[in-house]
Amino acid sequence: MKVLMTEYLRIDLDTENWECRVCDHVVAPARGNYKEGLLVYNRDPADIHPSIIDPEKYRFTFCPDREWVNIYEFYCPSCGTQVEVEYTFPNHMPLYDMEVDVDALKEQGSHREEILEPVKGPNILVDRCHTHKH
Amino acid sequence: MNNETNNSALQDQELIEKFLKDTTLFLGPDPEIMRDHSIMPRTSDEERAMDKYTDLNQIASIRDRLQSACEEGFEMLEQMGAAPGAKWGDIITGIYSASGDLTIGSAGGVLIFNALVHHPIKFIIKNWVDEKTVGVQEGDGFIHNDARYGNVHNTDQSMILPVFHEGKLVCWVASTVHEGENGAIEPGGMPSMAETSFDEGLKMSPFKVVENYEIKRDLLTFLQNSVREPKLQYEDMKVKLFACMRLEKRIKEVLAADGPDALTACLRYTNESVVTEVRRRISEWPDMTVRTQTIMDSTLRENALLKVCLSVTKKGDRLIFDYRGTSPELTNRAINTQLQGMKGMVGQVFMNHVWPDLPRGQAGLSPVEFITQQGTLVDSSYAAPNSQSLMSIFHSFTVAQHATAKFLYSCPDKYTRVLAPWHNMINTFIWGGLNQHGETLGNICADLNGMGGGARMDRDGEHALSPIFATMADIGEQEMNEEEVPFLQLVSKKMTANTQAPGKYRGGMGYTMIAATKDSDQWGFMTTTQGSKVPTIQGLFGGYAGGSYPLCKVQGVDVYEVLLENPQLFKHSIHEIMNEQPFPNARYTTHHMGMGFDISKRGELYMISQGTGGGYGDPLERDPTYVIMDIEEGLISAEWAKKLYKVEFNETTLAVDLETTEKLRAQYREQRKKQGVPYAEFVKKHVKDHPPENIPFYGAWNGDIDTVYAGSIHDKRDAKNTGPIYMVNPKDVRIAELEAKLAAVRKDAGLPPENERK
Repeated sequence: MKVLMTEYLRIDLDTENWECRVCDHVVAPARGNYKEGLLVYNRDPADIHPSIIDPEKYRFTFCPDREWVNIYEFYCPSCGTQVEVEYTFPNHMPLYDMEVDVDALKEQGSHREEILEPVKGPNILVDRCHTHKH
Repeated sequence: MNNETNNSALQDQELIEKFLKDTTLFLGPDPEIMRDHSIMPRTSDEERAMDKYTDLNQIASIRDRLQSACEEGFEMLEQMGAAPGAKWGDIITGIYSASGDLTIGSAGGVLIFNALVHHPIKFIIKNWVDEKTVGVQEGDGFIHNDARYGNVHNTDQSMILPVFHEGKLVCWVASTVHEGENGAIEPGGMPSMAETSFDEGLKMSPFKVVENYEIKRDLLTFLQNSVREPKLQYEDMKVKLFACMRLEKRIKEVLAADGPDALTACLRYTNESVVTEVRRRISEWPDMTVRTQTIMDSTLRENALLKVCLSVTKKGDRLIFDYRGTSPELTNRAINTQLQGMKGMVGQVFMNHVWPDLPRGQAGLSPVEFITQQGTLVDSSYAAPNSQSLMSIFHSFTVAQHATAKFLYSCPDKYTRVLAPWHNMINTFIWGGLNQHGETLGNICADLNGMGGGARMDRDGEHALSPIFATMADIGEQEMNEEEVPFLQLVSKKMTANTQAPGKYRGGMGYTMIAATKDSDQWGFMTTTQGSKVPTIQGLFGGYAGGSYPLCKVQGVDVYEVLLENPQLFKHSIHEIMNEQPFPNARYTTHHMGMGFDISKRGELYMISQGTGGGYGDPLERDPTYVIMDIEEGLISAEWAKKLYKVEFNETTLAVDLETTEKLRAQYREQRKKQGVPYAEFVKKHVKDHPPENIPFYGAWNGDIDTVYAGSIHDKRDAKNTGPIYMVNPKDVRIAELEAKLAAVRKDAGLPPENERK
């Protein structure tokens, strides 16, 4: 049985591994930190959050200060999917963000049907395109 | 020990307790009340009532009528309230049990207001009911705003009424409004300049201000003299009182129809059943620990790195929020929050974004356990200033929202969509001074209610949607506001392009505000947000946070004269005005968003943007159709769309080349595999065992929660006893810098140091 833990990760309760949901790559032991099985890249904030006003002229530009924040990107080493992004202090340790009690997950799973697609919950439809078809 | 000795010891104990009570010199904030967010134990009256009334249909019927009463009171506040906050939904009404537990809040409004008013009610019950100089009678009303007795910050004022039936207190009602002005050292009620609690204006512990349903004019006059808007103070005290009286009237209708025991049973059953249901829902979550953190980049006086970190552990039906490692409180900065403010905001996460189907009461948070370190930003001492507690409270919300999303994803039953963090700062103008009608005002623009929504697991976030602290709040009608304030928003409701939080689904964005004073020479603005250097939220599952947001000013121009004489010079976006600098001889500057009260001159520009909610998922999975729609709607430029999402399209027709897009995305995934390094290698090369040396940092580092840094890598302190942390006035810092420069110049010029010359 597999449990869908995040948009891109699942835990195989039988093999006790984190797996990539995109390419089925075995990422890391489920009893450990899945990030240890991923690739990490320290992204320049300016690549994601552009300076809207001229950085040559101004101190604050809508672009985060690279001296003040790091953006860690975590990729699946097999398919290159960006599994997680972490905004953190410069040179801070990446967070062990999901420390799973695998035994409890197994016990919980023994009372459930396997879920193959994530449950989304109640739906409220909002039409993205505003129209005047009244 | 025989019975006689026992009785004697008991009598001695009672005598000592009575002596201590009678001789208490100051009824300060009571930790027993203030540190407890759970519902009170079942009373004998509640026990009896619940035995008597077991018909769930009757209980549901009463609850529906009470809910309607709360909505009616909410409407009254919104329609009659004079404060800008009242007009745009920064209000709420609620009904509390006889013991003081919040049971039902209005569907709209700011739940955290309600969720904290149980503290002052419990203070009243404990201290004023049997106090011969105060007492609690039918027709009494108590006013309150001091966060140390149960509030977010003292700009919000509550009116609290006991409800009696045949002489017996059966429940309480309360209404709260963000009033704004409170007589603090800066107008508008949220002074960043406050360095002690005595700089923060009117601080009302709960006291009786209404008797026989009439406001006592002597006390009212005192309160009016304590604030900059005396008429507003009176008008909104009346409005809050009348809203409470309407709730009381509706409750008395229930009492007449169903009796007091049915009411009591309904209130208690509602709270207990919510606690039971919450425990059941928690037990559905996976057992694990989730860790997250957010970065504060400012105290609102100066830039500094501060941390709010959270570790959430779920085990069985227990849920434990552990905020240890968060930055220590700052002794003379106003961004500290009282413990209950932080808890109340976590309550908002659950009641607004996780379980909005549950009754909006206190019980939703009751089973959640908290661990904090006293003397931190999220559990500050009573002496610490807290008028800008929103900063710590908002970060507390974001880490809670981020962590809960990771629990919710795998759950088979969900009550809302899994959601990336909402934008969490009130990017808006606080204003004050003398308006065009000669009246003194101090308040805030409702644009704070337009925070960008976080992206969801199956769709984009919505733009400028709602604040994290309220549902069904409004951003107000600018034209109506302009009738009362002497400034115009020359640009408003125009989305700020290229401030996207990218993801498979992007966050909702915010709009630009460009304000300029017109009809007053005694008017000014403040801004009170963090995030000019560092994003204040996180994205989710591979999505990014929003960017950072500066304050831009243009001085030395009267834009109203420009509009009369050379209107073509005026531009309608921050980037055009700042980059093109169209007004000759004007000064163009940027600042962090913690601008202290700044007297404005006619026609000078203050420019800011609302913030963006977090993105969800890998941007390479974003549907190219949505990318193109964002371009069409002016949310993102073609250049940045290509860069962020690796989509190939014709920039004229916007027709997507799907095949090339797929190739670009595949190539970029390969590039990631090359640029990314294995985790262990990354940690070895990149991670350091101390914070940055050249940036003041406050808080724990790398998970060592027993030690905190206090502004320097050389200032490490015991997390359990950090001692005071005083920040230097930024103006003194600047003076010292300039004096050092002056000394260097004098030395270069061969002149003696200034002090020797004297």
